[in-house]
Amino acid sequence: MRTIRHVAVNVFKECVRDKVLYNLVAFASLLIAVSYLLGQLTAGQDVKIVKDLGLAAIAIFGLLISVFIGIGLVWKEVERRSIYGLLSKPIRRSEFIIGKYAGLALTLFVNVAVMTVVFYAVLAYLNTQFPEVVRTAWPAPATDPGMLRAIVLIFVELLLVTAIALFFSTFSSPFLSAALTCGLWVIGHFNADLRNFEAVVESRPAALLARGLYYILPNFAAFDIKNQVVHALPVPAGYVVTTALYGCVYIALLITGAVAIFSRRDFK
Amino acid sequence: MDAISTESLTKHYHVGFWRPRPYLALDGLSLSVRQGEVFGFLGPNGAGKTTTLKLLMQLIYPTSGRAEILGKPVGDVGVKRRIGYLPENPYFYDHLTAEELLEYFAGLFGYSGQDRRRRIEMLLDEVGIGPERRLQLRKFSKGMLQRVGIAQSLINDPEVVFFDEPMSGLDPLGRREIRHLILKLRDRGCTVFFSSHVLSDAETLCSRVAVLAGGRLVAAGDLSELLAFQVRGWEIVVVGLTDSDLEKLKTDGVVTHAIPLGPQRFALDLPLTVEPARLATSLTAQGVQLVSINPVRETLEDFFVRQIGTAPKDRGLGTVAR
Ligand SMILES: Nc1ncnc2c1ncn2[C@@H]1O[C@H](COP(=O)(O)OP(=O)(O)O)[C@@H](O)[C@H]1O
Ligand SMILES: [Mg+2]
Repeated sequence: MRTIRHVAVNVFKECVRDKVLYNLVAFASLLIAVSYLLGQLTAGQDVKIVKDLGLAAIAIFGLLISVFIGIGLVWKEVERRSIYGLLSKPIRRSEFIIGKYAGLALTLFVNVAVMTVVFYAVLAYLNTQFPEVVRTAWPAPATDPGMLRAIVLIFVELLLVTAIALFFSTFSSPFLSAALTCGLWVIGHFNADLRNFEAVVESRPAALLARGLYYILPNFAAFDIKNQVVHALPVPAGYVVTTALYGCVYIALLITGAVAIFSRRDFK
Repeated sequence: MDAISTESLTKHYHVGFWRPRPYLALDGLSLSVRQGEVFGFLGPNGAGKTTTLKLLMQLIYPTSGRAEILGKPVGDVGVKRRIGYLPENPYFYDHLTAEELLEYFAGLFGYSGQDRRRRIEMLLDEVGIGPERRLQLRKFSKGMLQRVGIAQSLINDPEVVFFDEPMSGLDPLGRREIRHLILKLRDRGCTVFFSSHVLSDAETLCSRVAVLAGGRLVAAGDLSELLAFQVRGWEIVVVGLTDSDLEKLKTDGVVTHAIPLGPQRFALDLPLTVEPARLATSLTAQGVQLVSINPVRETLEDFFVRQIGTAPKDRGLGTVAR
């Protein structure tokens, strides 16, 4: 456990030193700029646009970090051979992989947490810019805590993307890992179409294959409840918990696979 | 119990993309290193030294054979607590300073607080890293990285250390410092297993050596007993020797060959039968100044060329008789 913590802290340190947290500045500037424009454009409009944009930006910024750091996490150590010195220390290869993952998860957590604070701060400020009559007409208050549910699922989704990137990076080049991870992410968002495939095709094997893929591939669409929370539609807590659990199980399988592959490989 | 022992340790690599052919990087290495000795693992480039060390660190897995360190199979986490490893051309993390790197590694051994700080200070002093220890490693030169690499390998006060080409990338002064460090480690009771492609590194450091060429062990034992490396004569450089004195030395059979280097300055080859110390005394008495004395012996390279001829070029499984 101590070993894993040391590896994780080193990943976090590397991310900070490599200025990964600068994206927070970009995120904050983006939101503030949009809010400012919104104030200029409309008088009685909704803050919905800021909510939409803020949640989408949290997801996208997080996704960039997950993929681009995730694919290099293990690969870089192997390629630059810093892993030689590290693995001669009392550390198991499994601890190395889990530590690396935990370090990036920590980086993501800090990122998402700060972005969330900025997001709510901007909304709170906007709230003061509208008269009472306008605000009561909104379907949900500007700083609706219900949006946290969407952010929780965004975070779990990012953890899942990171696990996928890490899994690929234990055996393939960063370019291939990035392509595979992004590919899975895109397919995972249109997963529901696979389920309905049998309604549109005649061929039975094709329908079965589609169904199989539906269950095997990560169902990213399930994590996306941004629209619901922005429109103040009810999202049961049970749904959030189940989906998060689904994500965790998937992550555990991927990490197990990554450890299994990594433990057997030679370092050239 | 031996510090290190290997039994028929073998590693094949598969080379070629379309038609992968096995390539023998290491072929049936059986070796044992006693506790407390400085052991030289010699061989020209491509002999399989690094491959052996990587197998011992379980960075790669053997095709066949076994290896043990301190009586336990390699890769055992308990054993890893008691060993140190300097990789060939070591590379660490760009974003860390030398101090932080050692802190990270020390943490993996469970060192913390004051104890850890003191150890790190001491080690960095010992390998000669000064105030640059607070610089990020991306700014370090090859020689400095080599020193950091040695420091990190000693962080846990290991019982056995593995150095892969410890002298590479260092200037002559640096080499001397590392030689001293290795002898200091030996005096502490630490087993030192180091690889080198330079015979003289081994001569000044260790009693026992193994010589590897083309992935195979070609000689092992006490350096002084390895016939190939025994002294065959001497080469001395002198100043102030007159031509007539030189003629006399030649006719007496004391000097077999002389190369003029300058006015009254010569490099002289002496046969093994001449005792250089005695000759030096008599020459000094004649007013001749002695500049240097060197033993003449076969170099590792000569040795390999003679031992294996063209064999190392051909290391495919099918073509090499096993
Ligand atoms: N990953 C690899 N793939 C293919 N061949 C390799 C690999 N690593 C080493 N070799 C080959 O194995 C041989 C031994 O290499 P090495 O152990 O690095 O030699 P040394 O350290 O004695 O110079 C070399 O001929 C090298 O080309
Ligand atoms: Mg080598």
